[in-house]
Amino acid sequence: MSSQSTIEEVGVSRVPTDPLGLALPAPSAPRGSSPASEQATLPVWLDPRALARRWAAIVIFLVLWEVAPRTGLIGSSYVAPFSAVALRLATGLLSGELVHHLLASLSRSVSGFLLALGIGLPLGLALGWFNEFERLADPLIQLIRQIPALALLPLFIMLLGVGELSKVVIIFYGAQWAIQLNTVSGVKNVDPLLIKLSRSLRLSRLDLFRKIILPAALPTIFTGLRLSATRAILLIVVVEMMGGKAGIGYVLRNSEYNYDIVTMYAAITLLTLLGLSTNYLLVTLENRFTGWKPENTR
Amino acid sequence: MSLIRAEAVRKTYRARRRFGSGATRDTLALENVNIEVRAGEILTIVGPSGCGKSTFLDIVAGLVDHDGGAIYLENKKIDGPGLDRGVVFQGYALIPWKSVLENVAFGLEAQGIPKPQRHDVARRYIDLVGLSKFEDRTPHELSGGMKQRVAIARALAFDPKVLLMDEPFAAVDEQTRERLQFELLRIARETQKTVLFITHGIDEAVLLGDRVAVMTYRPGTIKTIVDVEFSRSEDKRNSSIRSSRAFAETREQVSQYLKSEIDRALEAEQAR
Repeated sequence: MSSQSTIEEVGVSRVPTDPLGLALPAPSAPRGSSPASEQATLPVWLDPRALARRWAAIVIFLVLWEVAPRTGLIGSSYVAPFSAVALRLATGLLSGELVHHLLASLSRSVSGFLLALGIGLPLGLALGWFNEFERLADPLIQLIRQIPALALLPLFIMLLGVGELSKVVIIFYGAQWAIQLNTVSGVKNVDPLLIKLSRSLRLSRLDLFRKIILPAALPTIFTGLRLSATRAILLIVVVEMMGGKAGIGYVLRNSEYNYDIVTMYAAITLLTLLGLSTNYLLVTLENRFTGWKPENTR
Repeated sequence: MSLIRAEAVRKTYRARRRFGSGATRDTLALENVNIEVRAGEILTIVGPSGCGKSTFLDIVAGLVDHDGGAIYLENKKIDGPGLDRGVVFQGYALIPWKSVLENVAFGLEAQGIPKPQRHDVARRYIDLVGLSKFEDRTPHELSGGMKQRVAIARALAFDPKVLLMDEPFAAVDEQTRERLQFELLRIARETQKTVLFITHGIDEAVLLGDRVAVMTYRPGTIKTIVDVEFSRSEDKRNSSIRSSRAFAETREQVSQYLKSEIDRALEAEQAR
């Protein structure tokens, strides 16, 4: 019987695209694909032209960063050259001084983020799944959502003190929206045909939720996670700049007071790297869980 | 012997009542639909688009409520969906994160059948539709034709009494459609399944059907049923049947019945 399978089934496979070159586990090539697709080509990250295209803008930027302050194109009192910043970053990390601050920031933003996940995700699932609950809660949520997180900082400091707790809570508050809202939209926008299928197969409501809704909503939820992580890093800097004795935000503010331009740029660079690696981590996780989706990543 | 019996089925789509606006226009989609699907036959229903044929299938599937008449499956009144009916949707409805194997096994998974058993059964039906080499693929790695075969295998895997197919081949290209049509004939022969098949293609209706029911345009009702005399002949195993005289005659007959309905549908379209 299987001999009847044929021409129509050949060479239609697609592999998820990956504009940033961040995705790690390449999905295994489908078996029995057409000979054309088996022609040996270099992996994308080794192809010199693709490499050049990806890095050209960054390299030019770094060169400008190095040359401009040294040649006086930009006042060296405002911009420290790249090499000096890189050196400061390296020594700071090796001596453990920046590591100390990095860990302080990380533990706050990770706690806030996990709290946001622990509350925003279930809340989003409930809002997306129970229409009646959403109808009741939505007006209030829309109202609260308009309060800027940082506007609440003085309030939280008053209520919770200047210690860790108020910092973590503000990060939680600011970060949970992206998770919550994306989870709601993920749950609500599941392909109606899959729901129709589930009904025709007499899936229980619990199974429908576990086996269809949740996995289908996962890509959208991950988008929320990435937005939320970015928000957590942004908030930690501001919160640490407003008070406290550790953290990258503190380093930033302190170096500004002391007119330590090099350290200031080192702190900014560290934050950039932190954001980059967080995104990388989440994209990797996302690909692991939602690799079935042809058009994801980034 | 009739497997499915529809008696005076009516379906009205209620216009959404807006506060303050007095008049509401409900749409009568189906009116007095009476039809029997005989055990073991392929009954095709053909009608102009918008005639309510897909609605009728959804009602038989138990996915849509009706507001008049009744439908019986083996003399038991249909009340909601059930695994005695396997539905094949036009849009495939494959679960994108599951492999072909898991998709086909999904109906059995929903019933709580343990993995080894359901995979055994699923493999049998994957073999039946000729996709054994592809059981580990995910849907986005498959062509439209392959996807619909997976959907057919899934609908067969839980061994329903009848296959309900809603324009299943409408979204694939011409050559693929022809292949799938003959595949379906073979599968129906081998599994001896009863099939209720909705289409807007006259050729498809005549090729596949043992009988072809023609539906009127809004409100949809069964206008007539045409017997296809060559339906179980040996010729039907290859595409030469399409150029036979018997085929042309039956096609012409169905086409005559359908013509005035298509005209009415077009008029209604333009009037809107």
